[in-house]
Amino acid sequence: MYRSLQEAVRDADGQNKTLAQVALDAESRDQGRAIGEIRGALRRALEVMRGAIKQGLTGDLRSASGLVGGDAAKLHKDAVGPLAETPFRDILARALAVQEVNAAMGVIVAAPTAGGAGVLPAVLTGLAEARGLTDDQLVDALATAGLIGAVVAERASLSGAEGGCQAETGAAAAMAAGAATEMLGGTPTQVVNAVALAQQGTLGLVCDPLGGLVELPCVFRNATGAAIALAAIEMALAGITFAIPADEVIDTMGEIGREMDVRYRETAGGGLAATPTGRRLARERLVQIKTRDA
Amino acid sequence: MVSLLDIIGPVMVGPSSSHTAGACRLGLLARCLVGGTPERARIELHGSFARTGEGHGTDKAIVGGLMGFRPDDERLRTALEIAEREGLDYQFEKTKLGEDGVVHPNTARITIERGDRKSVMVGSSLGAGRVLVTEIDGYPVEVTGNYQTIVLVAEDIPGSVARIAGILAEHHLNIATLRLTRKERGGDAFMVIEIDDVPDENVRDEIRKLPWVKWAFRLEKVSA
Repeated sequence: MYRSLQEAVRDADGQNKTLAQVALDAESRDQGRAIGEIRGALRRALEVMRGAIKQGLTGDLRSASGLVGGDAAKLHKDAVGPLAETPFRDILARALAVQEVNAAMGVIVAAPTAGGAGVLPAVLTGLAEARGLTDDQLVDALATAGLIGAVVAERASLSGAEGGCQAETGAAAAMAAGAATEMLGGTPTQVVNAVALAQQGTLGLVCDPLGGLVELPCVFRNATGAAIALAAIEMALAGITFAIPADEVIDTMGEIGREMDVRYRETAGGGLAATPTGRRLARERLVQIKTRDA
Repeated sequence: MVSLLDIIGPVMVGPSSSHTAGACRLGLLARCLVGGTPERARIELHGSFARTGEGHGTDKAIVGGLMGFRPDDERLRTALEIAEREGLDYQFEKTKLGEDGVVHPNTARITIERGDRKSVMVGSSLGAGRVLVTEIDGYPVEVTGNYQTIVLVAEDIPGSVARIAGILAEHHLNIATLRLTRKERGGDAFMVIEIDDVPDENVRDEIRKLPWVKWAFRLEKVSA
């Protein structure tokens, strides 16, 4: 699998292929699997994503702590904001939906992680529906997204504990931005610009979950992550280039993550988790694993 | 090597790919070391795993994995109740397994017993559902669970690797990676062999029959 987006773009341009195609070729070579089989697995993932969106939009779910639930439905049904009639609002609702299902221990697709699982399905399915695109195009987009995520995993991190939320909703937004750009007809170069434009927007983003639960602010960071992805897509498709290449932006994310104090890396020791309200909610809602201290 | 399906996946019960799905996969791997659902399990959690494990269902996930539930198995939600019913005696502890930056923040040491078999496994959940087992019974290893894996302990004698490789070749199994470590020369040798295909139980049994092999187990492929 590719370790740099620059290399992937070079191959795609050189072979006159999309990034999805070179990603599937690389995967097929690496894993000894037929491309049809890989696409089949991605198609199944797409179905689970759709299921989670549908389940979350009904609004029946609440997490065990009670901290999240019902907001996807609110945005879906009672939207009155200036963009209420647009795919933008619909995509935000889808992102919340998947995350509410996740928080309620429902079944989702980690893409790349469960904490960021709302961004990619929301952006891809929302835009595909708005534009009448096919499932095959969505499956290709998932392959493009997978390539981008693989490069982030290699060069930086996909774990909040190592990279903060830059590495989870941040990476998810970069994946969604790049994948959707290609799905909407963007060139490989436009795709990697979209990745850079998205990832730059989440540099420094901490992982500060209240009580350590993947609920607050996580659910809402998927919505804001989706919004950042959409900004990046719009700019990239207009031919805007970001001066720093995507690989370098990703490396920077990794560096910032490693330098981040441990209290901002999924330990619930800082950020929103450490606010007076955050601490109170954690105390009220959290049940500890029954342990003996060693 | 990262797979596209590591990134777009796993399909899992939420809420956390590292603290739920990855934890479940660590449980599944540990289970292989004692040949089935353990009777007793002591699970020591380090770092972020310890601090934020409950909200992520880490306890349910590891115990579920020990019982053979995969990350997308909805029984994970009630794994602790099921464990109590099935007689799996589990116990959680918080511990510090090493320094920040040296030990991954999501690491667990799992000690399990089944019949006369007892094993200790240290593993980390790296994010996005990926795992890395770093120690089995005191031997340093690197097992990702991305392949069918055979682990064995044998007397450290010349020809042992060739003999094991020969058995695998006879069964038409292709070796992806092979690692041999030992605590000291002439002591026990520990082999971790990742294979492309699924070895049947005959392979493991044949390896076990070798007089200088002390124990051997097959670790399942737990990734997509």
